Amino acid sequence: MAIVKIKGLVKRYPMGGQKFTALDHIDLEFGKGEFCGFVGPSGSGKTTLLNVIGALDAPSEGSTVVLNEHVETLSQKKAAGLRNHHIGFIFQTYNLLPVYSVYENVEFPLLLLKIPKEDRKKKVLDALEWVGLMDKIKSKPAQLSGGQCQRVAVARAIVKRPELVLADEPTANLDSENSYNILEMMVKLNKELETTFIFATHDEKVMKYLRRKVHLVDGKVTKDEIIGKGAQ
Amino acid sequence: MIKFILKGLIRDRSRSLFPILMVSAGAFLTVFFYSFMQGVMDDLISSTAKFDTGHVKIMTQAYRELADQTPNDLSIIGSSVLLDWLRKNEKEMIWTPRIRFGGLLDVPDENGETKAQGLAFGLGIDLFNSDSPEKKLFNIEKSIVRGHYPDQKNEILISDELAKKMNIDIGGTVTLIGSTMYGAMAIHNFKVSGTVYFGMVALDRGTIIADIGDMQFALDMPEGASEIVGYSKDMLYDDKRMINVADGFNKRFTKTNDEFSPIMLTLGQQNGMDEYLMYAGSMGTIIVSIFVLVMSIVLWNSGLMNGLRRYGEIGVRLAIGEPKGNLYRWMILESSMIGIAGSVLGTLLGLGISFYFQYVGVDLSSIMPRSSMMLSNVMRAQVTPVSYIIGFFPGVFASVIGTMFAGIGIYKRQTAQLFKELET
Repeated sequence: MAIVKIKGLVKRYPMGGQKFTALDHIDLEFGKGEFCGFVGPSGSGKTTLLNVIGALDAPSEGSTVVLNEHVETLSQKKAAGLRNHHIGFIFQTYNLLPVYSVYENVEFPLLLLKIPKEDRKKKVLDALEWVGLMDKIKSKPAQLSGGQCQRVAVARAIVKRPELVLADEPTANLDSENSYNILEMMVKLNKELETTFIFATHDEKVMKYLRRKVHLVDGKVTKDEIIGKGAQ
Repeated sequence: MIKFILKGLIRDRSRSLFPILMVSAGAFLTVFFYSFMQGVMDDLISSTAKFDTGHVKIMTQAYRELADQTPNDLSIIGSSVLLDWLRKNEKEMIWTPRIRFGGLLDVPDENGETKAQGLAFGLGIDLFNSDSPEKKLFNIEKSIVRGHYPDQKNEILISDELAKKMNIDIGGTVTLIGSTMYGAMAIHNFKVSGTVYFGMVALDRGTIIADIGDMQFALDMPEGASEIVGYSKDMLYDDKRMINVADGFNKRFTKTNDEFSPIMLTLGQQNGMDEYLMYAGSMGTIIVSIFVLVMSIVLWNSGLMNGLRRYGEIGVRLAIGEPKGNLYRWMILESSMIGIAGSVLGTLLGLGISFYFQYVGVDLSSIMPRSSMMLSNVMRAQVTPVSYIIGFFPGVFASVIGTMFAGIGIYKRQTAQLFKELET
């Protein structure tokens, strides 16, 4: 079953009095449990496509259906609701809330969902166990290494068990070992929870793990490559 | 969620402690400046009250009509009875009788011949009673330039300028030539015990201060007084309160068909002081408003900066799926909590310092070249009901408005830029 259906997607931005086409007639579909990514050089449209799928931006033309919601017609509030309930985000720079502990950072999306305290606790502990940070529950982000911070970010993205996780260059700030650990963990989560992961990356290490690579150049899909089982 | 927000606020000093300190400082300055301005305005009023009008003044209705001419033939007779009644029934006030007089001051030489002569006017006040407020009210002891405070009957103080002009020595005798209450000529000898500096040209030109008992004797007006002045015990002039005191008195004592019946007037009802009070009030309001506005801009800016500093955190929260309206409301709630906490703290501090300046004051006599009767050496503030709330205007409203403006950025923020923004 496709959880993302993109048809004839065009995204244009005003630039110097003219329109710059960031995405040009994209047609794609992603099914449940996929571990895939947009690859390509800088400016190829990877992040823009991730934005549209994450309901952070609306397409100029065409339709994008994410979890049965038409992104192009969603109000700000409904788009926030879609992200809040169904989509997890992982950023290159972790973006953890510095004054809160690891536990509280992971708990935050559940507070927005108004989940009762006991359920919240269980979900947070589960998420932290998945990412192997049970011993860092009370630590603050400043006390963690880059790899550990990114693991907290992953836990925060998956704690609400979203159907879809969008990750923009998640290993760009990590060394090889940490990148490897993070990617192994994501693969495990993808297998165990059947969460769909979509990456935007030009990191070779990430590409090795992808089971499907969508190559973008100048806003166009040049190749949609099914790899199989990837590096796992 | 509120617990979560509070945790963040308490832990992040740059979001709580520093903004609270900033708001506190703003509220403190506003409260103190307002109270100090009130004190300064009151000081100007109190100079007039001390020398002339009192907070309230009682005269006969006939005396009032010709008050400029100090018509002592129209003075109050039996002032002690009236004073007893006032002290018994208006216990929150200080009452004291005075005689105003004018005449010719003659300075004799060692042979009793006139050495110098000049016009003088004077005040007969209670100099000797231990419970008399006049010594403190006129700041007499600190205003003495030469000589000493009168300690015997018929001793007087004269302005230092007059003494120099007429070559009057300390301990020398002067003769006051005037008219008695009944129109006869009054001639009375006084001994000059000291000279004083009034600090006001008109008074320094030729003023005498004598004991009221001596003047009653000299002007043949036993138990008489030109006027009885009253002051509130806290020495703060409150127009509404004084109007109430005067109305109560006039209902009881003032008779329309008896021009010798007494009438009580408030400071605001004398010598066009109502206009001055209005002017002083308006000026005070304008100056304080400008200050509050400046403080508001500072705290508004602080609120704005606080909002902008959290750009990254807000971006993450938006990306995670927190609705913009929710975020905006939380920011305003946080800002309100900080504003209220800071305003309460600042107001308490401001009130504390203002009360200190009101009741203890700061004695500036050591840095003032010359003490005078007109200007107080003690700098005072005045706490009014407005002092309790004025700090909340810049403290709460301005910082919340600043945050609200900063929060508009949340609504204008393009979520499409979040990935890009959060990765820099």
